[in-house]
Amino acid sequence: MPGDVLYEGRIRTGDNTYRAQGKVCATRIGLVEYGRGMGSVIALEASYNPLVGDLVIGKIVNIDLGQWMVDIDASSSAILSVPDVIDAPFNPDIVMPDILDVGDTIVAKIVDLDRRRTPILSTLGRGLGKVEEGFIIRITPSKIPRLIGKKGSMVNMILKETGCRIVIGQNGQILIHGRTRDQEEIVVDVIDKINKEAHTTGLTSRVQEYIKSLKEGQD
Amino acid sequence: MSKKKKSKRKKKWERIDGREANELRPIKIESGVLPNADGSAYIEMGRNKIIVGVFGPGEMHPKHLAKPHKAVLRCRYHMAPFSVDPRRSPAPSRRDTEIGMVMRYSLEPAIFLERYPRSCIEVYAEVLQADGGTRCASINAATVALVDAGIPMRDLVVSCAAGKYNGRVILDLGDYEDKEGEADVPVAYMPKLGEVTLLQMDGILSAEELEKCINLSIEGCNQIYEMQREALKKKYGIEKEEN
Amino acid sequence: MSPRHGIVPRLKRKKIQEAVTSGKRMDGRELEDYREIVVKSNVIEKAEGSAEVFLGDTRVMVGIKIKCGAPFEDTPNAGVIICNAEFVPIASPNFEPGPPREESIELARVVDRGLRSAEVVDFSKLAIIPGKYVYVINVDIYILNHAGNLIDASAIAALAALRGTMKPVYKVKDGEVLLTDKKKPLKAEKMPVAVTLVKIGDSLILDPSADEEEVMDARLTVTVDEDGNVCTIQKSGTYGLTIEEIGKAINIAVEKATEIRSKITGND
Repeated sequence: MPGDVLYEGRIRTGDNTYRAQGKVCATRIGLVEYGRGMGSVIALEASYNPLVGDLVIGKIVNIDLGQWMVDIDASSSAILSVPDVIDAPFNPDIVMPDILDVGDTIVAKIVDLDRRRTPILSTLGRGLGKVEEGFIIRITPSKIPRLIGKKGSMVNMILKETGCRIVIGQNGQILIHGRTRDQEEIVVDVIDKINKEAHTTGLTSRVQEYIKSLKEGQD
Repeated sequence: MSKKKKSKRKKKWERIDGREANELRPIKIESGVLPNADGSAYIEMGRNKIIVGVFGPGEMHPKHLAKPHKAVLRCRYHMAPFSVDPRRSPAPSRRDTEIGMVMRYSLEPAIFLERYPRSCIEVYAEVLQADGGTRCASINAATVALVDAGIPMRDLVVSCAAGKYNGRVILDLGDYEDKEGEADVPVAYMPKLGEVTLLQMDGILSAEELEKCINLSIEGCNQIYEMQREALKKKYGIEKEEN
Repeated sequence: MSPRHGIVPRLKRKKIQEAVTSGKRMDGRELEDYREIVVKSNVIEKAEGSAEVFLGDTRVMVGIKIKCGAPFEDTPNAGVIICNAEFVPIASPNFEPGPPREESIELARVVDRGLRSAEVVDFSKLAIIPGKYVYVINVDIYILNHAGNLIDASAIAALAALRGTMKPVYKVKDGEVLLTDKKKPLKAEKMPVAVTLVKIGDSLILDPSADEEEVMDARLTVTVDEDGNVCTIQKSGTYGLTIEEIGKAINIAVEKATEIRSKITGND
């Protein structure tokens, strides 16, 4: 918990920790992890901290000159400029709402953080851009790594078992699109379970069993 | 000599609810009670019932009030019309504004505001039933709500009031004791860092009595601190001692 | 993506409309299903009456405070009921602190009209010194979490609170009103219940969730008493309703009201 001492002495500060009076302390509630000469806390609850390279799912909330303002559930809105969408410089003939309008949902990558730590986005790239189908659910960003699993083990297993398309944003937003309502419902149930049990062990196999039981329940 | 002692014992000093001088009222704390807030907590301290919601960190509105190097912490204390007798108007009073400020002073030192420049963290305390010591109870719940929201903090903040009633120094004043007593000393404290973040006093005390009050308060804080931890852990079903 | 910006993502709107048309809503409910209703009475001991209602994730608390005061000018011999609603910031990222917004005033007035028209309390029996002093009943509605359908939840809470309310007993001596230590039950016998329907596309659904309310075309709240009479109607929303739709809605409401009413009596 915030203030709890992880380690006294020479150790590097990892995630969700800080150094005070020669001791390494936690800044959030979470599970302690020691490794590689570093003490970290795997936070059970954390607000989203944008990092360059993160895949995020966001909503267009405003149109400015040459750029869109995007809500990605972080401490500040993100910016998406025209050249980062159409791969060509801005010119006044472009009608921005025709490309992306307020209320549209997009999948984007954070390519930079400006000097005021505002995230800069881009939708140039495979799988990025406007979302036309599906719906979004939200889980706390600190649980996203668990949803993805080691090298994608968890999310790939869900994909295989349910046949749904899932895009996971590091900002806690998850896009789900299945071919049938039943499939989508299983995925929502599963994500909810992972959200609740992210801090436990043996989760991947338990979730697999759970999916199987839900599928049987639907037949 | 012994006769005098006997007569003193006969005239038993009592608190209105029968508590000992250094006894806290029964406390119940729950975390994560509001689905729409980023973090939340509910506290019962005696007959006080307070619910706190936290939003953030998010964009600062209005933009011109944003601070360039750190987040702004906004605390609002509000009482439901039915929380007191007689009914009070839902409009904010000056006391409400002062308590909001006091909450901010108590919580700011514990939060890593520098990590979220130009953004805003909002803490809203709603008092559903009041019975003395609401500012302390609000701070206790606010801390739990902040941790529940995943806001990075240096330490938890605990709060408790001590005071003087009927000649004796007592802990955790109820509404009656607060109104009829000689002094009320609310304190907020960061237990691991050992720092006091709030100290107020209402009434008249000698320097010695004041020190006694502060020490008694901190003892009370330490007890409440354990309950805050329990409330946070309970949400995850963790019984063993883990961070 | 907190709804703080007040903008509904197009994706969400599309998905909800699809779901409603298919007959199965986003949360799995049928079009006419209500979410789980939990009613807790007397949660605030210091108040004369109180109740807390959970309607799915929507959470509303109502406190009743009673005092002695002046009657309304046009009804000098009747007791007074005043409804007030607070949309506090903790209930939703869209709620800002400040003066009441129009939705909170609308909600208070709809609940108020429901209680008044159904004569939930016999107002004529609430005079202390007729023409001068009457019982003034303050019904304060506190929204603690907004997950849609605040009106129905508030109406249930207000009714449950009134049913458990103990009013202070006043004594009249030499033209002065004195407060005694005694308390008597308020006797709220009638049971008006609010049923809210929302139109999305061509479908009428009951008990809208917050998302469904954001994409609705129109909303109709029908308050029904235990004899099946309609005591209040309120329509809101940008689009219109046909006469058939209104007729259909009223029929559904009268039926549903009985179901909801049993949740309140089951709790007494």
